Amino acid sequence: MFEAGTLEVSGCSVTLKRGGAGRPLLYLHGAGGAPAIQPFMEALAREFDVLVPEHPGFGASEEPEWLDNIHDLAYFYLDFMERLDLRDAIVVGSSIGGWVALEIAVRNASRIRALSLVAPAGIHVAGLAKGDVFLWPPEKRVRELYFDQGIAERVLALPPAPQDTVDKNLYTLARLAWEPRFYDPHLSKWLHRIKVPLQIVWGEGDRLLAPGYAAEYKKLIPHARVDIVPQCGHLPQSEKPDAYLRLFREFASAV
Amino acid sequence: MNVLLFHLMPYADLDLGAAKDYATVWTHLPNRFYDPKKGHALYNRYLDELEYGEQLGFDGLCVNEHHQTAYGMMPSPIVTAAALARRTSKAKIAILGSALPLRTHPLTVAEEHAMIDNVTGGRLISGFVRGIGAEYHTFGVNPTFSHERFHEAHDLIVRAWTEPGPFEFKSKHYHFLYVNVWPRPYQQPHPPIWIPSQGSRETIEFAAHPAHKYTYLQTFSPIKAVARYLQMYRDVAAGFGYESSPGQLGWSVPVYVGESDASAIEEARPHFEIFRNTFVRMPFEMLLPPGYTSRESMKGIAAAKAQLTSYIDVKQAMELGMFVCGSARTVCETLTAYAKQLGFGQLLTMLQFGTLPAELTRRSMERFARDVMPELKRLE
Repeated sequence: MFEAGTLEVSGCSVTLKRGGAGRPLLYLHGAGGAPAIQPFMEALAREFDVLVPEHPGFGASEEPEWLDNIHDLAYFYLDFMERLDLRDAIVVGSSIGGWVALEIAVRNASRIRALSLVAPAGIHVAGLAKGDVFLWPPEKRVRELYFDQGIAERVLALPPAPQDTVDKNLYTLARLAWEPRFYDPHLSKWLHRIKVPLQIVWGEGDRLLAPGYAAEYKKLIPHARVDIVPQCGHLPQSEKPDAYLRLFREFASAV
Repeated sequence: MNVLLFHLMPYADLDLGAAKDYATVWTHLPNRFYDPKKGHALYNRYLDELEYGEQLGFDGLCVNEHHQTAYGMMPSPIVTAAALARRTSKAKIAILGSALPLRTHPLTVAEEHAMIDNVTGGRLISGFVRGIGAEYHTFGVNPTFSHERFHEAHDLIVRAWTEPGPFEFKSKHYHFLYVNVWPRPYQQPHPPIWIPSQGSRETIEFAAHPAHKYTYLQTFSPIKAVARYLQMYRDVAAGFGYESSPGQLGWSVPVYVGESDASAIEEARPHFEIFRNTFVRMPFEMLLPPGYTSRESMKGIAAAKAQLTSYIDVKQAMELGMFVCGSARTVCETLTAYAKQLGFGQLLTMLQFGTLPAELTRRSMERFARDVMPELKRLE
């Protein structure tokens, strides 16, 4: 269903998997990258023209000289949407992908119809915990993602990703999110500029970014719809795809 | 050969049970385990040991920088160097080094080092480092910018010391309208710059560059690694079209001198093993945050991960050449053989390590100074 290729934007060649037909849906991945098409992407591709790029600096995409911070990535995706002439796109973003989506939307949402963000990083609230992923050993980095440790076991039993890719993804993650840790102190000042429909989905058992952040986003963007997924970790779209898809469809059918 | 005395100033009164519970004495070990009264006694004991080093004839007294750890109580080596500046009169004072990327404003390094150089009338050796990986966790500085910040800060400091001010400095990470450091360094054109490292080709290419010719110090490594990196320096220098001098090569190593080989090993054993297996130890992720070292080097280090974290006892450490221990005669022969074989002209001896108490430290320093050092100093 998906075709894999590469696309050069802003002097950087990125991988792009694209499948389905309909309104464009741009998926912005989190810290783990997007090496493969997941079941929730397949499901979305039955209704949308789904685009899954790997961010500059992740997976098989190039590492551009200009990539210094999250803002560079936001501007890259503005170029990306312009280059592909995406119109009325739904942007789905997970974790740092959700953060990138917010950074894009405060700058220019003219090609965006709606945002569905899963546990987006990007803001900081005192007392709301963030896991120190950079100090977690590799196994813990997997385990902490999931509420259901049975899934973590299955992921850990898979052949490991090539070490080069793991190191590359972690390097780019650090470049974007080391300091300040997983947020931009200036972003919360301008979130009110987001006028397009917005859904925030959070796993109730998220151990990377405390689920309390969902309510904080609601305070900053009052028109946001917030959905909490019970018994779920940091990646509802992967851990509980049916629950995520049901919530997403409820949201998307109304926009 | 120059023989210098190196001190880490460890928190030797460490609660070893706590160190075990937290798996590392870096970053995570709560500072409630630091007792200021014990710290007061240790700081003054260690400063006494360094000052005694000058009396014993060491060519230099070396201090360094580490943060939020029982491994070393010198978050600012500037303070230690300043304390030594007025209590000594002959020995070089070597700051090995200041961690440049951790400074928001690296001109402060240029200023502080220049002050010590002025106070001592040119006895400063100025070391520049990036700090070890744990420092990036404790300070929050982005490790993926560590190399860039190091090189930019280095360029700024050297220009601030050598070019007439005021001038403007603009780089990716630092932007200053007025660079005009008072005081200018006492030594002209600037204090000697030394580069301590655990070993990397990038660092060696930087240190050996003809525009720099900085002394490269290999710190706390198995002797095979010392040999490899010192040879790499000579080869890189040759590639640049010049022959490096022994003075450009240094080795930093813990040393203990006892009455006999057997008594030396027995006396040093518990204290060295705590140094190696408790104070040095930290999780891999803490030691090597992303970007701290190039991904190419990272692969090699990851392959040696098991060795990095395994328990090394005193005998193994001696066999690996990570610790030189024995009677004066054994220590003298060992160090002489290494010096001839490896060609370094700067030997940094760490005569206090881990929990080694004051009395044993003093006796070992005295034996070393009396029965080992004179012969080493006669080497080319």
